[in-house]
Amino acid sequence: MTSPAPSPDIGASEVIPSTAGGKYLDRTFRAIAVVAGLLVLAILALIAYSTTSKAWPAFTHQGLSFLTSQSWDPNQDHFGALDFIYGTVLTAVIALAIAVPASLGIALFITELAPKGFRSAVTYVVDLLAAIPSVVYGFWALAVLTSPAANFYGHIADTLGRVPVLSSFFGGPAFGASFMTAGVILAVMIIPIITSLSREALTTVSQDDKNGALAMGATRWEMLRVAVFPRVRSGLIGAAMLGLGRAMGETIAVALVIGSSHQITSHVFRQGDTMASIIVHNFPEATGLHSAALIGLGVVLFAITIVVNMVARVVANQTSAMSGVGQ
Amino acid sequence: MTVASPPAPTNRDDPAAWILERAVSPRRRLVNTLATSWMLGSLLLALVPVGVIAMYVASRGAGVMSLSFLTKNLPIVTQFAGGGIAPAIVGTLVITGVAALMAIPLGVLAAIYLNEYGRQNRIAKTIRFMADVMTGVPSIVMGLFVATIWVSAGLHYGYSGFAGSLALAALMLPIVIRSCEEMLKLVPDDLRQASDALGARRWRTVMSVALPTALPGIVSGAMLAVARAAGETAPLLFTIGIATKVNPNVFHGTNTTLSQEIWFNAQTPFPAATDRAWGAALTLIVIVFVFTVIARLVASRFASVKR
Repeated sequence: MTSPAPSPDIGASEVIPSTAGGKYLDRTFRAIAVVAGLLVLAILALIAYSTTSKAWPAFTHQGLSFLTSQSWDPNQDHFGALDFIYGTVLTAVIALAIAVPASLGIALFITELAPKGFRSAVTYVVDLLAAIPSVVYGFWALAVLTSPAANFYGHIADTLGRVPVLSSFFGGPAFGASFMTAGVILAVMIIPIITSLSREALTTVSQDDKNGALAMGATRWEMLRVAVFPRVRSGLIGAAMLGLGRAMGETIAVALVIGSSHQITSHVFRQGDTMASIIVHNFPEATGLHSAALIGLGVVLFAITIVVNMVARVVANQTSAMSGVGQ
Repeated sequence: MTVASPPAPTNRDDPAAWILERAVSPRRRLVNTLATSWMLGSLLLALVPVGVIAMYVASRGAGVMSLSFLTKNLPIVTQFAGGGIAPAIVGTLVITGVAALMAIPLGVLAAIYLNEYGRQNRIAKTIRFMADVMTGVPSIVMGLFVATIWVSAGLHYGYSGFAGSLALAALMLPIVIRSCEEMLKLVPDDLRQASDALGARRWRTVMSVALPTALPGIVSGAMLAVARAAGETAPLLFTIGIATKVNPNVFHGTNTTLSQEIWFNAQTPFPAATDRAWGAALTLIVIVFVFTVIARLVASRFASVKR
């Protein structure tokens, strides 16, 4: 005797006769819901279209050198964005270098070390990091962090400035508002998202697998290396890439502490600018071609973050697909 | 003749600790200890900024906090002391509120489509994926987007609170969709089938069974989205203009928010302005914190109802 499995697609509405009015309502409701869903696609398409069309004069004026030239001079109608693209990438890389190990450590603490009752408390506090507004991070860093940071960087620059290779990264002069400070603040800001996604990936590994490794005599760390990390590698990479996307798009905090200077330098204690910071400082007063060029920077930023996020999601979803969780 | 018995393992519940106490070479033990300290150290690294920033903002902000600070209009010239931040408080609340009124219903409807109708079909998968991607769109791009279609070009409506609401709503929408869908996913299918068996149409099942069951979780997710939007600055700088007087009308006239006042005042060298910025920062953190706590309380109530 088999009971018929109810298919989710056949509701009672098809079976039980009812008034035409009810059917009409049902279809309307479904249609409204579909439209709301499609709104996401519509907004993304509209963002791409409207910003690109507003930036078009700058793109045609500057051509490909918009991306490859270093000369950004609104008075001369020169718009080469390479300095800012470099600044965006450098600050994001510094942020990732700090945030990825820290986030993974926290995620492991939550999944492996913390007593059960303590887990949600830790998760909650890490999420609070994300609740502090970006402008508050930036303001605090500008008011409190920059001057001790300048001293601290100065000491590092004095010490490492004599070491051949390191001197080209950490040599002086050192500024409190610099790529490094922006990267550090970004790191704090992206720790919550990387932590929560790493944690999600780590929880997909079954306890049996971990116990198996421990039963073979592995220490906790060896268990993680053997039984956990190979399973969640793509999930962790996806989490880091999402953090990268956030770091590149973050605006206000960076704009306050990066020092606003157009240059490409490997010295992380120097001042710079990112795409987002140059837009936010200049867009309100910009007109004509300058305004179009700033919107063009927004288009570049949008394109980069969309690509990074798409790849990140695809990579991250591999972990959940492999272990059959999250479907 | 007494034989010294080997020390009994102190913790039989934790297999890893038990193994460690038995036979593990010093090198392996050291590596394991280093890994454990890395985890603990990372946690401290995350806790320190929250504590330090919260304490600092609270102490600096409390210094300027007063009834008149919360209720007076902004001074025309920021470098002088006096005045208050009432316009920014009102602006933050109404602009975020209107954004929530747009984003939450649309987000919930989209989530209903994803979980109750689309499920795993191609359109639903695409929307789900793009909503995930959309959460990563930088807020400044949303500001530029609204500036190009609504404010200074396109429709030429000019600066207004509503333009800011549009940008914030675009930021909130994907967050609401994804969190709401996760909550609807938790509603057991048995409940839907029971409703179907009673002859309810799909929309009635959704409205009177699925949504009410998931409501606390949906409210919690929506509040977190609101909290995030309330702290946003970048999308507002290009959309709401500048204001010094309270303007509760989002559709007409320029406006201001706490985040924007912090941004403007933080960049001046005048002590009166930075003091005002600290006061605004404290107010903003309190507002965001209240939203977050409400979300957590609702969510924890949901967790207890589920069991």
